Formats: sequence, structure tokens, C-alpha cells
Amino acid sequence: MSSQPLIETKALTKQYPGVLALNAVDFDLHSGEVHVLFGENGAGKSTLISMLAGANFPTQGSVVLDGQEVKFDSVADAQDKGIYTVFQEFSLIPTLTVAQNIFLGWEPMKGPFIDHRTMRKRAHEMLLELGFDIDPNETTSHLSRAQQQMVEITKAFHGDLKVLILDEPTASLTDKEVDHLFEFVNELKAKGVGIIYISHRIQEFSRIANRITVLRDGGKIGTVDMADTDEDALVEMMTGRAIDEIYPKIEKGSGEVLLTVEGLRTAGIHDASFEVRAGEVLGVAGLVGSGKSRLFRTVMGLTTRLQGTVKMRGKDISHAPTRDIIKEGIYYLSPDRKGEGLDLAKPSRDNLAINLVMGDKVGGDGQLVKWSEVNSEAATISDHVELHEGYRNKPVSQLSGGNQQKVLFGKCFGQNADIIIFDEPTVGVDMGTRAALYLLIKELAESGKAVVVISSDLPEVMNLSHRMLVLAHGHISAELTGDGMTEEQVLKFFFDETGAKL
Amino acid sequence: MTIEAKKTGAFDPVRKTFIKVGVLPFFLVGALIIFTALSDKFLSLQNLVNVARQSVYLVLASMGQMLVLISGGFDLSVGTAIALTSVVSALGMVWFAGIFPDAIWLAITLGAFMGFAAAIAVGLINGVGVAYFDVSPFIMTLGVSSVGAGLALFLTGGVPVSNLPFAFGDTFGFGRLFGVPIPVIIAAVCIIVMWLFMSRTRLGTQVYAVGGNIKAAHLSAINTKRTLLMAYVICALIASLTGLLLTARVESGEANLGSTIALESIAACVIAGVSLRGGIGRVENVVLGAFFIVLVQNGMNLAQISSYMQMVLLGALLILAVIFDQMRYRMILSGN
Repeated sequence: MSSQPLIETKALTKQYPGVLALNAVDFDLHSGEVHVLFGENGAGKSTLISMLAGANFPTQGSVVLDGQEVKFDSVADAQDKGIYTVFQEFSLIPTLTVAQNIFLGWEPMKGPFIDHRTMRKRAHEMLLELGFDIDPNETTSHLSRAQQQMVEITKAFHGDLKVLILDEPTASLTDKEVDHLFEFVNELKAKGVGIIYISHRIQEFSRIANRITVLRDGGKIGTVDMADTDEDALVEMMTGRAIDEIYPKIEKGSGEVLLTVEGLRTAGIHDASFEVRAGEVLGVAGLVGSGKSRLFRTVMGLTTRLQGTVKMRGKDISHAPTRDIIKEGIYYLSPDRKGEGLDLAKPSRDNLAINLVMGDKVGGDGQLVKWSEVNSEAATISDHVELHEGYRNKPVSQLSGGNQQKVLFGKCFGQNADIIIFDEPTVGVDMGTRAALYLLIKELAESGKAVVVISSDLPEVMNLSHRMLVLAHGHISAELTGDGMTEEQVLKFFFDETGAKL
Repeated sequence: MTIEAKKTGAFDPVRKTFIKVGVLPFFLVGALIIFTALSDKFLSLQNLVNVARQSVYLVLASMGQMLVLISGGFDLSVGTAIALTSVVSALGMVWFAGIFPDAIWLAITLGAFMGFAAAIAVGLINGVGVAYFDVSPFIMTLGVSSVGAGLALFLTGGVPVSNLPFAFGDTFGFGRLFGVPIPVIIAAVCIIVMWLFMSRTRLGTQVYAVGGNIKAAHLSAINTKRTLLMAYVICALIASLTGLLLTARVESGEANLGSTIALESIAACVIAGVSLRGGIGRVENVVLGAFFIVLVQNGMNLAQISSYMQMVLLGALLILAVIFDQMRYRMILSGN
């Protein structure tokens, strides 16, 4: 490692009205290293990189590049100086082809016209080099989210690269795709590129990280060498609490069968059969694209059901519309809280009210809404999910991911459901809030409800579940219980399709 | 001026009012000042009562429009529903009056129901197209408005239907009960019913939910398709009532009634803070918004602004209101 850092921040500070987003953070990156930024949502990671990327400007402190103090005017300016950022939010235009997106603003020209042939050829080469199996002529909107992420990464690899900033690049990639990405990251390291890597996936760090800087509440907690630390220590640094305080111990209940699914089939799901039992947490794991979410969306009637039966307490609901399935007592929490979970322009109370009005918890069956009852119940629920008073009257769009998720959880308390399906319940949620959400899951399960947790976060499913379904390529590849639920077993069935029962 | 106020943060009450109710209070105050300055008749009691009576029709149509806007769509065919109601009910009344010359109220009632039926058909077609076939509300209601306008002209050959029963116009056009014009009473009843519907019933709550986030509404056990359908049907039904009252006022069935009301009703709603993205809007504000539009038209008449220029100003006002709506929505989402 060279003595002079490639890029360095000195007492970098960002003050927003009323919020100190970043508090005098010193950070340095050497060439040929991967430096991970780790911290909860709102810890200041995004603020830090946005200033390195030229998307935001510091209130105080400085950025030093190659020993020279620099000020970036814009993202384009930072890119000119060799700093490329792959942001978490996609910057792809869905109607353009992959090649057009990759070369957006950099189109190879032939005289006054765009040279489409060269563009396609070079896009193809770039994708090939990264090991991404994507057709450059495909329209971007036809790609899966994971594939779009790959295009986003490919887009960053233009020109002379000194510093690459990757913001949660693996959030929606499969393990195979992650392997490709890491190979590429290692190649870049060998070429002397410095990489700033932001991720919540702590398991990844040992594979690529040289050093890790942990941020909490805008301040720097510390920088450690990967060789000198482990996962538990990092989580403790990040949250200020030990890991076994995060996942609660959930008592297993009676086990009466509530939901029976037999031979369910739809596009991408083949012949799925399983049961959901009361008082139990059923975990559902699988890679992106394994169909774990789709399976339960099909049960809920959100995708077309082609074959098979779904029975709730013996009643056939195989062809019932979603609203009737909800009324039978199954509630589904979408992983996309902005897209299909919440009404963003409304405060939490109005979001909770919909379920109270539609459910039978308050006000009886009449057509008139008793708002006083609905509002007091909504307040009770807000207390219960620990939504801070100050946030209740704000439109939910203004709340953090964690608080939005609390509102979403609150919706399931408004509906008298016996089965609650949590699809990616903690995506984009910080550790502190996670612990609170897990306690709500524990409470639901121990009160005799059946809880289903679908998650890409393996420690989460493994720590919460009494029983697990593992999906691979649209099949249920394994049903694991008790001692069978080891990480090794689960990973094996991520790729296995034999359908063993353990 | 309001924009400056927001940016500096010095006029916090202004900003809060803007976020809460939209641009209407500012427009209303502006209009009052300008038109009072232009004409001394403007602020007289007689003129304001006159405006109230004239605004009945737009108030009604705007409430229907509001319902559809809150559901996340919009209805360009309200004018057509009015014209079709006018023509069909007038033809019906004349025809039934010929059959039952001694039971004139029976003829009026039957004719009115024919008008309602025609409008419900318009609403159903709109609703089915939007809810069940996913046609964009813009195209659906634009197409239907052409179909309906064509039918109304075809039915009458372009000639107004005259010889309506005298009692119809006498009662619903010019009648008074305890000194209050009957159209005003009908509008008042509608406002109360609509307010109760939107703020106190499950169905009303569902309309807000569907407009706010249709997928979230679907996952909250709401029958989103039926809710959308209902919004378009109720909108057409209220437009139909407007059409009947207008027919009574002009004492003939006319295919060109309500030709400008689609634009005016959308303007009234947007100015009153109904979001074009759906999910946000209040009955009482919309009533005020419609009143405002008629007030501006009245003021421009008193100030002797030509009707052509009035069209220009009304269009500009709508665009301005939409710009303010955009800013307001952004402020709501970001909390600045």
C-alpha cells in the first residue's frame, strides 16, 4: 500500500438545516484497495460518497485527491478526475437499449451521426469483460432488476478510472453474479484502482475488503483492517449493541395447519406444495429469481394461478381475488413499500386507516366510517409499532425507510389476519429498527398467528424461522427444520432441485 | 409573491396555507382585489347572489370531476354527459307528454330518468374502459366525449328540442322554495351528500386510497376496479343532474350544453387543491373552487373583457393552477 492516499477527506462535514448529516469525518483510500463503508441507514455513508462523487458539496472540510485539494463542481467533473460512482438508484432509461444506456452521453460518433454498430460492439465487449450475460440490444425495461443493476455497473466503466464507488451493488444480484462482480473488483484492484464499497451484506466483506470504516449517526466510529475483525464485532460497532440482541428467540406455538398449498403452478413456479401452521414462523429463502416472492404472490392472487389448490382452513381459495383472500385472514406485506405498500403523500394515520376501514376491527359492517374509532385505533397501532409521535402527521414519503416499514407493519395490525406474509420485511432498514420489527414478528407468532418471512437476508430467515422453505428455479428444493437449518444446507439447496425433505 | 415567501421562509403561515389548501385562497383574494378595483358593482350583494346562482352548475359538475380526479383519473366527457342528458331527457319529456298529456309530472319524471340512464351509460363505458381494460382516462373519456357529442347531435339533427313541459322549466329552472332558487337547494343537498360520502363512508375512503396508491389499495382488500367504475358512474350521474338543471334553465334540449364545462371543472378542482395524481382533494374546497371560476367569469364580464379573451385567461389560469399543484405536491413529499 502506497504511503500517499489516492483520495482523502479531512474533517468532512455536511450540515443540513437541523441535521448534521456528516460530522468531521476523516476517510482515506489507497490505490489497489477495497475500503468498505459500513453503517446503518442514515449513518452518513450516502452523504459521504455523494460529496466524493461530486453530487453534493461539503459544508466544511476538504477532499484531497493525489495530494491536491479538490472541489468537484458536478458528477461530470468528478468523473473527469477519474472518480466514478454507481449509485443505488438506477439512472437507466427504460425505453432505450442496454447499449444506448451504457453509452448515454458518450455515444461513439461517425461524423455527425451516432455510430450504432461500434456502440453495440463495444457494449458487448464491456459486458463480456465483466462476465454479465446481457444482450446489448435488449430494451432495458425488459431486463430483471438484477440485470439492470449490472448494466448500471457496466455504465461506470468508461475512461480512466482511479476511484470506483459502488453503492450497494449486490443488493439485487444473485450469488453467481456477485462472484463475477467480485472477480472484476479484484482485477481492478490489481490495476491499482481504489474502490469504495458500500454494503449491508456483512458476509461479503471478508471476500473483498481490505479495510472497513464504520459510521454511526454521521460520525466515524473507527477504521479497522478486515484481517483484525469479524462480523459480530462490526455489527456491534455499527449498532452499538451485540448481535444476539438483534434476533429475538421466538417460542413455537400449537402448529394447527391454516393454509395448505398443493401443486401450485404459475409462470416461474412449478408444482409447489407446502403448509403454513399457526404459532410458527415459516422462513422462505432463495436467490433472486428463485420464485420465493412469486410463490406467495401467487397464493395471494397477485399473479395468475395456472394450476393447483390453495386452501385456507379447508376453504378453497385457489381462484379467489386478492381482496377475498385478505378477508379470509391472510395479509401480505409487499417488499416494495413505496410502489405498492404505502400512499406516500399521506401521513401514517391515513395509511393505517385504509386497513382499519376495510378490515373488521373497528366500526362493524356499516357503510359509515367511525373516524374517531379509526383514528384512536390508528394511534394505538402507531404506539405499538413505536412510530415516534413527531412522524405521525408527516407524509410517509418524508420518513426514513425504517419508519416507513414500521407504518407498513402497522397496516397488518389493522387487518384481523391469521397469516401474515412478510416479503423482505427489513429491506433498506437499519439494524436498530430491525430489532424492533423482529420483536413485532415474535409477538405475532407467539400470539398464535402464522408468520411467513420471505427474505434474501439469510441470517434473518435463519434466525427467525422455526421451519424453512428453500426455493431454487421455481421449485421448493428443500423444507428444513430444527438442526437441518444450517447455512451450509440452505446454500446447498439454493442450487439443488432434488426437493429433499429433512 | 407566494413563491418568494416560501423560499425565504419569512411568511411561514403563507407556506403552511399553501401546503394545506393549495393556491385557492391566494387566487380568491387576488380576484376580489382586482375585480373590485375594475368594477364597483362587483362586490355588491346582488351580484354575489347572482354569482352563487350561476355557479350551481359548475359546482355540481366539479364535484363529479373531483371524485374521478381523486380516484387518479380525469373525465373529459362531463360536458358530453350533460349534452346527452339534455337531449335525451328533452326528447323523452316531449314524447311522454304526448302520450300522457294529463300527467305532466309523470312525463317529466320519465324523461329525466331517460336522461339519467344515458349519462349512466356514458359513466359505465368510461369506467369499464379505464378500470377493466386499462385504457388511459385521457383517451377513454376523450373518445367517449366525441361519441356522446356525436350521438347528441345525431338525435336532434343539431336543432334544439323545444316545447318542453312548462312546469319543468318553471320549477327546476326558475322556481324558488322559501325564496331560495331550487337549483341552489339541489346543489346544496348534493354538496352535503357528497361531503358525507367522501369523508364518512367506506366507499369514499376507498376512492382516496385507490387514487393515492392503487397497488397498496389492492393489497388492502379494496376492490379497485369496482371503485374506479363507481367513480366514473357517479361523476356522470352528477353531470346528468347538472344537465337536467341546465335544460330546465334554457327550456330546451340542446346538444351544445356544457361544451366548456370539462375544462372549467378540472380548473375548479385543481385550483381547489385536488391533486392531478389522485388521492388528495376536499369537497368544500372544490365548491369554493367552482365558485371562484364563476366569480372570475362574472368579474371579467363586469369589466367588459371580451368572451374570447376570457377563454385565454381561463386556460392560463388552469395551467397556472397545475404549476402550483406540482410545486405543492413536491413540497408535500419533501416537507420543505
